[in-house]
Amino acid sequence: MASIDTALRAPALAPEHTPPHPLVEFWRYFRLNKGALAGLAVIAALGAVALFAGSLSPHPPDEQYRDALLAPPVWQEGGSWRFILGTDDVGRDMLSRLIHGTRVSMTIGVVVIALGLLVGVALGLLAGFFTGAVDIAIMRAMDTLLALPALLLAIVVVAILGPGLFNAMLAVSIVVLPGFARLTRAAVLTELAKDYVTAARMTGARLPRLMFLTVLPNCLAPLIVQATLGFSTAILDTAALGFLGLGAQPPTPEWGTMLSDALQFVQRAWWVVTFPGVAILLTVLAFNLMGDGLRDALDPKLKR
Amino acid sequence: MLRFLLTRLSLIVPTFLGVTLLTFSMIRLVPGDPILLMAGERGMDDARYKQLMAEMGFDKPILVQYGHYLNDMAHGDFGKSIITREPVLTEFLTLFPATVELSVTAIALAILIGLPAGIVAAVRRNSVFDHAVMGASLTGYSMPIFWWGLLLILLFSVQLGWTPVSGRIAVQHFVEPVTGFALLDAWLAGNWDALRSGLRHLILPAIVLSTVPLATIGRMTRSSMLEVLNEDYIRTARAKGLPPWRVVGLHALRNALIPVITVIGLEVGRLLGGAILTETIFSWPGVGSWLIESIRRRDYPVVQGGVLLAASIVMIVNLTVDVLYGLVNPRIRKGR
Repeated sequence: MASIDTALRAPALAPEHTPPHPLVEFWRYFRLNKGALAGLAVIAALGAVALFAGSLSPHPPDEQYRDALLAPPVWQEGGSWRFILGTDDVGRDMLSRLIHGTRVSMTIGVVVIALGLLVGVALGLLAGFFTGAVDIAIMRAMDTLLALPALLLAIVVVAILGPGLFNAMLAVSIVVLPGFARLTRAAVLTELAKDYVTAARMTGARLPRLMFLTVLPNCLAPLIVQATLGFSTAILDTAALGFLGLGAQPPTPEWGTMLSDALQFVQRAWWVVTFPGVAILLTVLAFNLMGDGLRDALDPKLKR
Repeated sequence: MLRFLLTRLSLIVPTFLGVTLLTFSMIRLVPGDPILLMAGERGMDDARYKQLMAEMGFDKPILVQYGHYLNDMAHGDFGKSIITREPVLTEFLTLFPATVELSVTAIALAILIGLPAGIVAAVRRNSVFDHAVMGASLTGYSMPIFWWGLLLILLFSVQLGWTPVSGRIAVQHFVEPVTGFALLDAWLAGNWDALRSGLRHLILPAIVLSTVPLATIGRMTRSSMLEVLNEDYIRTARAKGLPPWRVVGLHALRNALIPVITVIGLEVGRLLGGAILTETIFSWPGVGSWLIESIRRRDYPVVQGGVLLAASIVMIVNLTVDVLYGLVNPRIRKGR
């Protein structure tokens, strides 16, 4: 009786007790996490660099200045303001290559996550809605992909498709795919048991509507977190493939590829080895920080 | 317990078949004719081509080929390298101890440093030490380890000259392989110079490979300890007047360890991925660098067999961890 009473009286109280908009509430929690804010700032900066790479970089990334091979950075003896972070072994400006590398890495992140999400969510929805043979087939296939260590799986795919940036991205999206599929399936199964889904079913909602409009929006929170953290996996693994000579091929200014190109000059020119790694580390760190912050802000269990 | 074991075992069968299907299709999915691809630029005459076709069974229906493939594997035949002509299994078994040696040292380092660091960070929450541990762990977790390895080489091998740049043991030390583990063999033979050389070669790669597991274990230990330290039974233990080290070390740690064990297990399963990179940087003669080398040489049978063997090992490790976990935690065992 009491619950009906409150339910009846609730509208009257509503103006004072309106819950904040979900986004507002989310921002309130997210803002408290300094690390996550720092991550967000770095990612925004990287995004800007990627977008305006052309006008930001002092030199074209592939231009070889034969008069300045392995020139050191400006603060070191023999360095000049012409090449702020020095040049590599064929005289290309490090800073310009790093700036264009940002564009490559951000593209990698977006493409890999978009592909992984698209296929992973589709498979997860199928497995969640169609129990039985479909579910078993999909989930066993995902188990198989998860049985291999991530990098090994990516290497297998690249060995099949041949090295190259696009194939490496494809390979890494296959690596991140099972995570999305499992997460979606688990969320779908939780949501399907709830009353609002039953209600939607009773009003005659068809399967596609049920899948994409009723259930999927309520599974988004964990997917957003996973996608953000997936960015760092995507960038790290594609760089690793590039480093192994299986990803982007020279002269693409991809950070991992730049590192592997520079290997022979480790002893003579520390800058060609140091800067691309710093770029990878900073980017991955930023996405991990933001992902952690998102998880804390979106996970109702952690909220007080 | 038996039922739990059987469920886990039955789950691994389709996964294993899936992996065999993957490695089986691998060689057939490579664009172009696999045999011409292996022949490379030299090419080959028609008779040799037909002979190789028959040798590799490519002239038979695909299902028959898969049947043969499974049958061969059941008999321990994982194919032959087209370059060395050695059976893949033999090559794998020769190199595998080096990978195990590296991996075991790495995971031991990660546990020995990560556990205490995580515990202390949790007990001294919000202290400078806690912030340092969390910062280091986040950095370690985000580290491109191939670059980290290069930095360490740059510092310790090139600048300071403390450690060798690459390899497993200096060439002048020859130790009769008994176990296949260089350190163990040197120790058994009483060859201290060789042992010292082996350790000097091992330390940097082991640090590099342990970075990610160390970060993960430290972080997990901290958060798990924090959770447990808030429990009522910890308050009771404190109220009883137990010394703090007993409360933390016994009452809290035992319960906090359960999720940490899961994470350790997951990390052990993932070590091989890191080993591929670490071995490549340090020219460590293990399974990881061998696989990469084979891809570069287009030695497809080795890639195919090597991946399958590596995947099988990872699956066995994961299964063992699962079972051990069930032994430690009755909730898991009886749960499903």
